[in-house]
Amino acid sequence: MTATAEVSTGSRGNQPPVPDGAITVTVKIRRFNSEFDDEPRWDSFEIPALPSDRVLNLLHYVKWYLDGTLTFRRSCAHGICGSDAMRINGVNRLACKVLLKDLLASGGKPTTITIEPIKGLPVHKDLLVDMEPFFEAFKAVKPYLITYGNEPTRERVQSIADRERFDDTTKCILCAACTTSCPVYWTEGSYFGPAAIVNAHRFIFDSRDEGAEERLDILNDIDGVWRCRTTFNCTDACPRGIQVTKAIQEVKRALLFKRV
Amino acid sequence: MAGTTAPERAGTSKGGGTLYRGDLGMWSWVAHRITGVLTFFFLFAHVLDTALVRVSPDAYDKVIETYKNPIVNLFEVGLVGAVLYHALNGIRVMLVDFWAKGPRYQRQMLWAILGVWVLVMVPGTYFMMVRTVSDLFGGQ
Repeated sequence: MTATAEVSTGSRGNQPPVPDGAITVTVKIRRFNSEFDDEPRWDSFEIPALPSDRVLNLLHYVKWYLDGTLTFRRSCAHGICGSDAMRINGVNRLACKVLLKDLLASGGKPTTITIEPIKGLPVHKDLLVDMEPFFEAFKAVKPYLITYGNEPTRERVQSIADRERFDDTTKCILCAACTTSCPVYWTEGSYFGPAAIVNAHRFIFDSRDEGAEERLDILNDIDGVWRCRTTFNCTDACPRGIQVTKAIQEVKRALLFKRV
Repeated sequence: MAGTTAPERAGTSKGGGTLYRGDLGMWSWVAHRITGVLTFFFLFAHVLDTALVRVSPDAYDKVIETYKNPIVNLFEVGLVGAVLYHALNGIRVMLVDFWAKGPRYQRQMLWAILGVWVLVMVPGTYFMMVRTVSDLFGGQ
């Protein structure tokens, strides 16, 4: 390779022409490379972007044209896969669902956007965190259909009202935005966290499922729902609009009043 | 390698992460914690000074005498404010947890308890401070 003097360049070569109507924004990214760095640092990039761009486009611009070493997850880029949860201007959001126009400073002042990895999970590199503790908590609540006795010969029929009961919590995409917005989870990693409780709720209140008692026992534990301090950060962070704190509350009420 | 030279780029700086800009509910929880800890420290000191009466009524009187100054009076107002917030927000948290519509109205309930807090604290502060202030500045 010939690039010896260049400090760091993107993975796709030269920068593309700046489109009409583009504004220059500063993107401050909290970076960390566990191989070289003792502590995280802030990197700033000046990026020409359109107000209709998503934050994910800005990250692509950095990776493709400015610094190819920037590391982050993204897959579908349309708010379905849940890969690109990160902390944008201090709150957990999906980078593919936040538009630049909603982050622009008022009155035409220069805009700075800060991007950090989600809190409470170990950072591997830059915005990439180890999701394993998150998925372990998810698996621990048995997020699958549990039934006993003989299987029915036909499908398990459910009324519209019974399906409606847990509809909100079926929307979860396991992006971890809620769990890593929770102050209790930051300091008490053993707490199941909002996402695991949401997915437990999805089966506890499913009329076809018979494992509610098992799951309620798990969530009645010291690291279960009673750790929740109702800060509502999770409800605010959820990119699918799930009423997370309400779901946790319904599990609490089910435990307290024995109503499912 | 690009990776090792990256820290020398322009625009690189050290420094901690930013504060999480959480929901209003997070700040009410932070305030709940702070007022709770402050009240606990008061109770701790209060149990100790009241227990002094068992040592000797004289020692108790001496300690109580040191409380009769404007700064302690200010602390008392702070204590009432902390206990009142903690009590009102405690009711709100219980409603959020156990009233079916609690999570939906958490914000309105927070504004409501803050409203009650101000309504009680304004006259409360006046009546608690009026003697101290007149002693300090007003004379007889």
